[in-house]
Parts: sequence; C-alpha cells; structure tokens
Amino acid sequence: MFIITCPFCGEREQSEFKAGGEAHIVRPKQPTELSDDEWAEYLFMRKNIKGIQFERWNHTHGCRKWFNMVRDTSNDEIKAIYKMGEKPPIE
Amino acid sequence: MKNKYSIFSLIKNAFSYHENWEKAWKDPEPKKEYDAIIIGGGGHGLATAYYLAKKHNMKNIAVVEKGWIGGGNTGRNTTIIRSNYLWDASAGLYDHALKIWEGLSQELNYNVMFSQRGVMNLAHNLQDVRDLKRRTHANRLNGIDAVYLNTEEVKKFCPIINTSPDIRYPVLGGTLQKRAGTARHDAVAWGYARGADEMGVDIIQNCEVKGIKRNGDSVDGIETTKGFIKTSKIGVVAAGHSSVIANMAGLKLPLESKPLQALVSEPVKPIIDTVVMSNAVHAYVSQSDKGELVIGAGTDDYVSYSQKGSHDIVEGTLNAILELYPIFSRMRMLRQWGGIVDICPDASPIISKTSIKGLYFNCGWGTGGFKATPGSGDLFAHTIANDEPHKLNAAFNINRFVSGDLVDEHGAAAVAH
Repeated sequence: MFIITCPFCGEREQSEFKAGGEAHIVRPKQPTELSDDEWAEYLFMRKNIKGIQFERWNHTHGCRKWFNMVRDTSNDEIKAIYKMGEKPPIE
Repeated sequence: MKNKYSIFSLIKNAFSYHENWEKAWKDPEPKKEYDAIIIGGGGHGLATAYYLAKKHNMKNIAVVEKGWIGGGNTGRNTTIIRSNYLWDASAGLYDHALKIWEGLSQELNYNVMFSQRGVMNLAHNLQDVRDLKRRTHANRLNGIDAVYLNTEEVKKFCPIINTSPDIRYPVLGGTLQKRAGTARHDAVAWGYARGADEMGVDIIQNCEVKGIKRNGDSVDGIETTKGFIKTSKIGVVAAGHSSVIANMAGLKLPLESKPLQALVSEPVKPIIDTVVMSNAVHAYVSQSDKGELVIGAGTDDYVSYSQKGSHDIVEGTLNAILELYPIFSRMRMLRQWGGIVDICPDASPIISKTSIKGLYFNCGWGTGGFKATPGSGDLFAHTIANDEPHKLNAAFNINRFVSGDLVDEHGAAAVAH
C-alpha cells in the first residue's frame, strides 16, 4: 500500500488506482509489416525491472485519467509522476 | 549413504536426545566447474537437481541459492495441490506432478505430509456453474478425478460453508477433486535437498548470481558472490526474479512479477478438513496441521519485488471469507506475508530452452507453482539433460509467445490469477 499523487486529483490511496504496466511501449506504425517475433516483442515481452521502472497508471476510482509514473519496484518508492505525452522527468 | 529415516532411527536417536542426527545436506563451497548449475534453491530447483542426478546420471551439478533453501515462494505459498486444469496440456503437466506427489514421501524417505483431503471449487453464478461443469467433463476426459456437486452436496462435504441463498454471492454448486490436497512445503524443499545431496549435488546457499557469462551464443558460467563458476548448462528456476536473471543474459521474458499475499489465523481445533477455493469472490482456505487457517489472497496488479502487498487485497479476501464462513468472524489473524510471483500473459508456466545454447528457463508459474514442484523438476531435468523438452512440457516452450499457440489458463484454471 502506498500513496499516489494523481496529477489531476492530488494524493490518494493506491487502491483507487489501476496499474497499466510498462510505459513508453510504442504501438507499431505499420502493423501489417510486423514479423511474428516483432509482434511477440510488442505484445508480450516486458522488461519487468527490479529497480527504476517507467509505468502507466489509471485513476480508476477518481478522474479515470491515465498518467505515467517512475517507481522503484524493489521498495515501491515513487520517484516521479508525469502526464501522458510528457517526457520522463528523470532518465 | 545417508541413514534411512525410520521408527528405529527415531528410537535410536531418542537415546542421545536427538543431538546426533546426521546433517540432511552439506554446506559446501562451490567447485570451479560443474556439468550443470541450477539457479534457485526452491522446491522446483532442488527437484530439478534431484531428478538430474537420479534419472539422468548427472552428478557433478550444483544448486546456487541467494538466501537459504526453501526461503522464497516455497516457504510462502498456501501448499495446495490439485490437477483439475481445463486444457489438455495443463492437465497433463499438473497430473504428472500429482502422480509423483502420491509416492513422494516413500521415494524421498522424507515425510512431505501429502494429505489428499480434496479440493473443492465453488460456483457463485450461472457462468461459474457452466464453466465448472465444463471443466469437470474436460478433467474426466483427461483421466483426472472430478465431480460436480450441487449446493446440498457442497454443504454436506464442508458443513461450515454458508449456503444461504440470501448472501451476496450464494453458493450454487462446486467441483471436487478428491485426489487433491495439501503438503508440508518446507519438507518438500528439505526432502529434495537431502535426496540430491546424497547423490553428490552441491547445494550452495548464500550465493547470489551477479552475472551470466556468455561465449558467443552459448553459456560459459555464472558470476556469483562466491566467485566465478564455470558450466555449460544453466537451469534458471528463480521464480519472481526470473526476469532479473534473464536480463543478465541479455534476454527478455514475457513475465511480470507481482506480490501475492497469504495469511494464517491463530491455531484452533480442527474445523475444516478440506481445501475450499472460490474464484468469483477470491477466497480460499484450508487448515494446517497446527490448526491455523491458511488463507490465500490475490495478487496486486502492479510490478513489485518488495514482498509486500496492499492491505485492500487482504481486506477483500477476508470480506469474502467472512461471508462464506460466518463462524470465523471472531478469529484473529496471526501472520501475513507476501511473495513475488512471475506471471505469464497466458497464466501458464515456461519450461523451455532459450535462444542461448545451454541456458534453460523454468518460470512463469505465477500464483500456482507449488502443486507442480515434483513434475516441474522432473520435466525440467529432462529438458536440460536432453536439450529437448519432454512431451509433457513441449507445449510450455517460450516460442509459444511468437507462434501464438498459448495455453490460456486465465480463468480456465479454476481460480483467478
């Protein structure tokens, strides 16, 4: 359990949110050109990092808007939160 | 040759106040080189080493474990064993394990306390009823024992369940697998460790893997906190940390690691003599031999390696438990903990070769790996020794995520993931 600062609503309990998995996975521009390996990479393969991870979250029980988060998955410490479309504030 | 455990050895050791029991396994320092190394000293890893030595005559092997054996998910799960999976591939895999469980204590000369007390899965809505009936038929076609019970039969099998039609999610029926049950999780790790050690396997604890050394497209050895160890075959059985090891070898896996929680109550007299699982409300409960209720909660939906889950997950599970078993309303919970489970997109495991020669992965067991421990070890040992999968784990190769031939057990496996 941790507290998340929604960029639209402010501080809320994590249980109000839904995790949306790894962020910045770009949807293929030419889906028909993709090989099976490339589809597998896009659909299924994940970094699943122990440490600093970039991910998407949705405030499902609040404003229902998506946003990005940088979180240390080894201790659940949130490093940064930024809106969709924005550049990550840390590398 | 180790001394056999028996009533006579028990009596003999009683005379020396049980102070002279032989060590169940040695605690060796790593050798410079092994024929094969297993990364991860949990039940699956130790079983893999045991079967490599026993069935494939590979004696110069080591199991490296970053903590102590059985200290990860093997010691954190709710010890439920069943094989009532929907799809043929899963049924084959899990029933293979169940058949080994049935003779495991005798084979290992170690009491794993396998108790075939039955596992009942409840239906709470019309779709549940249809799904569970379909699964019962599928199980029976695969030679797995399964019966469908109506509400009265559920009540008769486990009288403390609230079968009133007035509760929020009334019990409409359920399935029962009588061969299913529970086992003592620590004993499984210890029994396999003792058996493997006896055949010459080095079990190296407090030895964390820091890197995988590659020589072109094949493996050359592992970097550890106890130095470099050379080998040509590496079997990774690292559960929640599988992706971490894969990254060291430059591989990506289709896994997400998430916290899964469990809790036990204060010990009470025998009250529930079976295992009851409920998919729709996500509550499952059994009673340990010590008398504690063993309750499994769900996974959190975010990636985390923190071995801590969210409080609301536990709260949701306990709400469901209290609705189904009002008798537990004043029981106090004693302990709660989390483990990190590695979940595949299709909720089925990977027991497979990889694109790197000599590197094998056994992972993705998600929330339900304990039940498969003996079968998983047996099939993974076969895969490592022959560099080819056994027919029972052929479907669980890593290429299914490229070919699309998934074994989709999400929801089909009789419990939510």
